[in-house]
Amino acid sequence: MSETLALNRIPLEDYAALLGAAEMEELRALAKPLRGRSIEMINSTAIGGGVAEILNRLVPLAEELDLQIKWNVMTGGEDFFDVTKSFHNALHGAPYHASQRDFDIFLAYNERNRKTLPLDAEFVVIHDPQPAALIDARKSGSNHWVWRCHIDLSHPNRPVWEFLEKFVSRYNGAMFSSPEFSRQLPIPQYLFYPAIDPLSEKNQELDRDFITEVLARFHIDPHRAILTQISRFDRLKDPVGVIRAYRIVKRYFDCQLVLAGGSASDDPEGAVVLKEVLREADNDPDIKILELPAWAPLEVNALQRASTVVIQKSLREGFGLTVSEALWKKKPVVASAVGGIPIQIIHKHTGLLAHSVEGTAYQIRFLLSHPEIAVKLGEHGHQHVKENFLITQKLKRYLTLFLTLAWGS
Amino acid sequence: MNAAETPFDFVTVSYLTRIGNQSAGTLSEFLTGLEHCSDASIFHHTFQTLGSHHFLTEGFSNDFAQWVLADANRDDLAEQLAALDIRDYVSIAALRSDLCRVVGDYCAAFPDLAKQATLERFYFCESVEVTVPLDRRSRTLGEFRDGIEHLSHAGFYYHFISSRLRLQLQTNDFSHWLADGLGLATLADSVNHIDIYTNTLDSSRAKLLRLIDRERRKA
Repeated sequence: MSETLALNRIPLEDYAALLGAAEMEELRALAKPLRGRSIEMINSTAIGGGVAEILNRLVPLAEELDLQIKWNVMTGGEDFFDVTKSFHNALHGAPYHASQRDFDIFLAYNERNRKTLPLDAEFVVIHDPQPAALIDARKSGSNHWVWRCHIDLSHPNRPVWEFLEKFVSRYNGAMFSSPEFSRQLPIPQYLFYPAIDPLSEKNQELDRDFITEVLARFHIDPHRAILTQISRFDRLKDPVGVIRAYRIVKRYFDCQLVLAGGSASDDPEGAVVLKEVLREADNDPDIKILELPAWAPLEVNALQRASTVVIQKSLREGFGLTVSEALWKKKPVVASAVGGIPIQIIHKHTGLLAHSVEGTAYQIRFLLSHPEIAVKLGEHGHQHVKENFLITQKLKRYLTLFLTLAWGS
Repeated sequence: MNAAETPFDFVTVSYLTRIGNQSAGTLSEFLTGLEHCSDASIFHHTFQTLGSHHFLTEGFSNDFAQWVLADANRDDLAEQLAALDIRDYVSIAALRSDLCRVVGDYCAAFPDLAKQATLERFYFCESVEVTVPLDRRSRTLGEFRDGIEHLSHAGFYYHFISSRLRLQLQTNDFSHWLADGLGLATLADSVNHIDIYTNTLDSSRAKLLRLIDRERRKA
C-alpha cells in the first residue's frame, strides 16, 4: 500500500522572528486564493535524502496556511529501487545500459501505485524520476501536474532520458534547481532552488558554550583562523585540493584546516578517498580530518559557526546547499564555480568564486587579509539566503506556481 | 488632513523564474540572446534582479553586467552595462535596444574577444509575475505611511521599482499617488529621486518615510 504521511505541526509563527511580520503577511496573502484547494506531493521515500527532508518541513508549513496538502509516498520492491537507483546514476551521466526488463519493472510499479494513490488533487507534484510515469493516471485537463526534478540532467544517459522524457513532456511544467540542470522540453520549466530550514538543528542559533565545547572535543584552537570544508569524502568534493590550497595559505597565515564529513566506514569509495586525504595531510597537526556520524547536525552547525572562512572546493556539484548553510551563518565562503554554487555565490558580493587550487588559496588569503570585506560578504550572503534559499521562500515559490497554474498565466 | 478620492491599494508580488531556451558561452552569443530573448527575460535580468538582490548596493546593477564581469572577465563592458539605469526606461524595447547597442559596439570593436569562451554560460530566464492584494488601503498621508512601513520587500519593490514599466511613466506608484491623489507634487518628486542603485530597499523605504514625516510636520 502507498503511504500518506501524518506530520507534526510546525507553527508558521516560529519563523516570524527571523523573517518579519511583513513577509508573513505576504505568505498569507499568496495562500489566501488557494485556501481549501488540494495539493498532493508524491515521492519515493519518507525518510532519508534531501527531498524527504524538505517535504517533512514544507508540508506542515503549507497546512499552516490552510492548504489541503497531503504527502504520499509510492511503494516499490527491491527490484524497482535497484532500477531507479541505476536510472538516477545514469541521468547524472554515469555509463549504464538499460534493458527492456528495467523499463518494464519501472512501468509495472508505477502502474501498481496508480491504483493505490489518490492522484485526484487539483495540484499534483511529482518528485524525481521514480514516480514520473504516474502521469498516466491523469484524466485529460482535469488537474495540474508538475514534475520537480532534483537531479542534474545536463548530461543524461540518452536511452534513460528518452524513456523518461515521454512522461515528463506530458506534465504542465517541470522544475529544476539550476538552468544548467534543465533539458529542452515542450513544457514550461521553472527554477526552484533547494532550501535550508533556519530552525533545523543544522542551522539554528547555538550557544557560544556549545561551540566552544565542540571545538575542544575536536582539538581545534578557537584563537587561530579556522578554514572549514564540510562534505563527504568524495573525489568530486576535492578534499586533496583543499589541503593543497591550505598549504599555500599556510605560508602566509597561521591557520587550521577542518575537513569534516560523514563516516567513510560504510562507503568503500569514501574509505579510499579518506586514505588519500590522510596521506596528503601527512600528519600535519593543524589539519583536522573529522569523520562525523551520519547525522551530526549540531556539530556541523558549530563547526560552520566557528569557521573564519568556509570552503566548498567541489569539482562537480549538485546545488551545494552547504554553501547556503554557511552563508546563513554569515560566513565568508570561497567556492568553486560549479553546479548550483554560482547561484548562491554572486562573485565579490555574497562570496568569492575560484577555479583552481591556486585561485582558492588566493581568495582565502584575500579574506584573511581583509576581515572587513569578509564580514560584508557574510552579511550579504545571509541576506541572499534569506531572500532565496530558505524553506519559507520555497513555500512562496510553490504558492506562486499554483496560482500561475490556477489562473492560467 | 487631506483625504484622496481614489485610495492607494497596497498589493504584493511574487515571481516564478521560467528557464528560457537560450544561453550564451561567448559575448557574441550573448548579443544574439539579447536580440532574441523575450521581453520577460529582459525584465527578469534587469528590473526583477534589482528586487531580488535589493541588499546589494555596491557595484551590482543587473545580471548582464554581473555575468560580463565575473564570467566574461570584461570589466569595461560590464561597467557600461551596469551604467544603464532602469529609471530611464519606460519600455523594455528601449532598454533592449540600448543593451544590444552597448554589447554590439563592443563585439564590433573587439571581434576576437567576442568569440572567446566565457568561464560559465549565461542562461536567459524570464519572470512570471503574480500579484495579490493586501488587505490594506490608504486615503490619507498617515495611512499611506503606515502601509509603506508594513510592506514586505516584494511589495515595496513592486510599487517603487517595477511600477515604472506598468505606468509607462518615469515615476513610481507612490509618487504617482502622492501627486495625483493628494496633490503633493513636491513630495512626489522627492520620493522619485531616491536612488535605488545606491540604496537597499530598506534604506529607500527609510528615506521615503522620513520625507513623509517631514511633510506631515509641515501640515
